[in-house]
Amino acid sequence: MMYNDTLQTARSFSAEEIRKDFPILSRPVGKNPLVYLDNAATTHKPTHVINSIRSFYESTNSNVHRGVHTLSQLATEQYESARNIVRNFLHASSQQEIVFTRGTTEGLNLLAQSFTNTVVGNGDEILLSGMEHHSNIVPWQMLAQRTGAIMKVIPVLDDGSLDMQTFYAMLTPKTKVISVVHISNSLGTVNPVNEIVKAGHNAGAVVIVDGAQSVAHTKIDVQEIGCDFFVFSGHKLYAPTGIGVLYGKRELLEKLPPYQGGGDMILTVSFEKTEYNELPYKFEAGTPNIEGAIGLAAAIEYLQQFDMESIARHEESLLRYATSLLEQNGVRIIGIAPGKSSIISFVLDGIHPHDVGSLLDRDGIAIRAGHHCTQPVMKRFSVPATNRASFAMYNTMPEVDALVDSLGSIKSLFA
Amino acid sequence: MDIADIRELYQDVILDHNKSPRNFGKPHTHTHTSCGHNPLCGDTFELFCTVDGDVITDIRFEGSGCAISKASASMMTSELKGKTIDEARHLFATFTNAVTSPLDSPVDESLGNLVVLAGVREYPVRVKCATLAWHTMQSALNQSQTASTES
Ligand SMILES: Cc1ncc(COP(=O)(O)O)c(C=O)c1O
Repeated sequence: MMYNDTLQTARSFSAEEIRKDFPILSRPVGKNPLVYLDNAATTHKPTHVINSIRSFYESTNSNVHRGVHTLSQLATEQYESARNIVRNFLHASSQQEIVFTRGTTEGLNLLAQSFTNTVVGNGDEILLSGMEHHSNIVPWQMLAQRTGAIMKVIPVLDDGSLDMQTFYAMLTPKTKVISVVHISNSLGTVNPVNEIVKAGHNAGAVVIVDGAQSVAHTKIDVQEIGCDFFVFSGHKLYAPTGIGVLYGKRELLEKLPPYQGGGDMILTVSFEKTEYNELPYKFEAGTPNIEGAIGLAAAIEYLQQFDMESIARHEESLLRYATSLLEQNGVRIIGIAPGKSSIISFVLDGIHPHDVGSLLDRDGIAIRAGHHCTQPVMKRFSVPATNRASFAMYNTMPEVDALVDSLGSIKSLFA
Repeated sequence: MDIADIRELYQDVILDHNKSPRNFGKPHTHTHTSCGHNPLCGDTFELFCTVDGDVITDIRFEGSGCAISKASASMMTSELKGKTIDEARHLFATFTNAVTSPLDSPVDESLGNLVVLAGVREYPVRVKCATLAWHTMQSALNQSQTASTES
C-alpha cells in the first residue's frame, strides 16, 4: 500500500460519504459552498493521495534506481510497486508495458516522435477522429510534416457519435496509425474502441486509445480492448498533476526507438555508442516524477475500494438527472450519443459561455467554458465555445440542482 | 465612482449594450478597418472607422462575442464617434489602465459611462474580453489610410 491509512476493501459506494475524503470539497467559493463540475479538466484529490505524497517525503524520499542505500532502495521499491498497481489497474500483462510519463500529452508526443520513419513514413496515413483533443492532433500534424505522411479525420455525426461507416471506408493498406479518444472530453461520446481496434488491426494499423477521460469512469482492460497503446493522465483520476501513463504492447515498445536520451534509459554509454536500457526504462530518461507515481498508485488504491460499476452507475444517474433538468429548461446540449459518459456540453441561446461561466462562478459553481482544446469539434457544431459540466464520483444531485437554479437566474438576467 | 458600485460586473448598462449593441453592422464605406480575435473565447469583431482629417466621423462594428466584449465594443463606438484620433488613443490608454489596475485603485472619472467596465478587473480572465474592441480600434487606426481603404 502506498500509504497506510484506513482504506477498505469492497467499500460500499456513497457519494455523500466519500466527499469527506476530499478536503477541498468543503471549502467555500465566495459565500457559497464549492460545486465542482469541472472534473473533465481535472479532479480533486482524496486525503489518501495527499498523505501518500507527504509520507513519501517524510520517510522515503530518495532517487530511484541509483543507490545502494536504504532510502534509495525503498524509494525504488515504492516506485516500482506503483507501476505494478497501474499494470493491475489497466489489466496489462507485464510491468514492462507501463511507462510513466508526464500525462496524456507526453504519451502521445512520445509515440508520434518514436513512430517517425519507423511506423510512419512518407505517404502513409494517420487516422484520427473529428473529436480529438488538440494533444491528439498536433503531435500527428508535426509527424506528418516531418515524414510526409497524410492525416485523415473520421467525421462526427450530428448526435456526437463517430461515423463508423465512413471510418471503415477510410481504411486502406496505407493506414499505419489510428489514434482515437476513448471518451470525448467535449461531447461525452464513448467511442467503440474495441471495434476500431479490430478493424484497424485487420487493415494492418497500430491503434492508440486516448484514455484521458475514461480511466476514472469505466473499467479499463487494455487486453480486452486489444489496443496497441493506451495513454492517460493521473490528474483526471484523482491523482496529482505531472504524472501519466503510456501502456504499450511489449513487442511494439521493444521495436520503437527511445523518445528522450539521458540517465536511467541506458545500460552502457561511451562516446561512440550507447546501449539502451530494457523496457520500460528505455522510455523513462532522467529522474522520474517519483511522488507522482506514488500519488497515482494511491489514487488507484483509493478507487479500487469501490466496485467500478457502482461509480459508473452513480455518474450515469447524475448525467440522466442533469440532462433532463437542462432540457426542461431549454438548454441546448451538444453531444447526445447513445451510452455517453457524464460530460455535458451545452449552450444557452444568446448567452456566451464565458458569461455563463463567470456568473456561475459567483454562485460557487465551477464549470468549463470555452473550446475544451477541441476547436475542430466547436467548428463541427458551429459554436465558438460551449459550457461544460462534467461529473465525478463525488458529485451529488443537489449540486445538479444548484447548477440548474443558477442557470435559471442567468437566463432571467439576460432576458 | 465608488469601487463597491462596480463589483457587480453584469450591470444593466452592460446587459443593455449586449442586447442592443449600438453602431452594429458594417457601414457602406469606411477608411480604416481591422479584425480582432480572441482565440481563447472565439470572440471575433470587425471594426470599421471613417476618419475625416483627424476626426473619427463614423465607427461601427460587427461580429460576435461574450456580453463583456460586445458591450465594450458598443460603448467604445458610442464614445469615440466625433473624437479625434489623439483623443481616441488617449481614451484607449485610460481604459486599458482602468481595467488592469489593482482592485482598490480609483477609476478615472473621465471614462464616463465606460466606468462600469472597470469591474472586469475583478475577473482577470475576462480583461481580454473588455479590451478586444479597443485593441482592434488601435490597430485599425494604426493602418495607413490607403493600405486599408476598401468599400
Ligand atoms: C480527451 C483528452 N485527451 C488529452 C488530454 C490532455 O491531457 P493532459 O493535458 O493531462 O496531458 C485531455 C485533457 O484535457 C483530454 O480530455
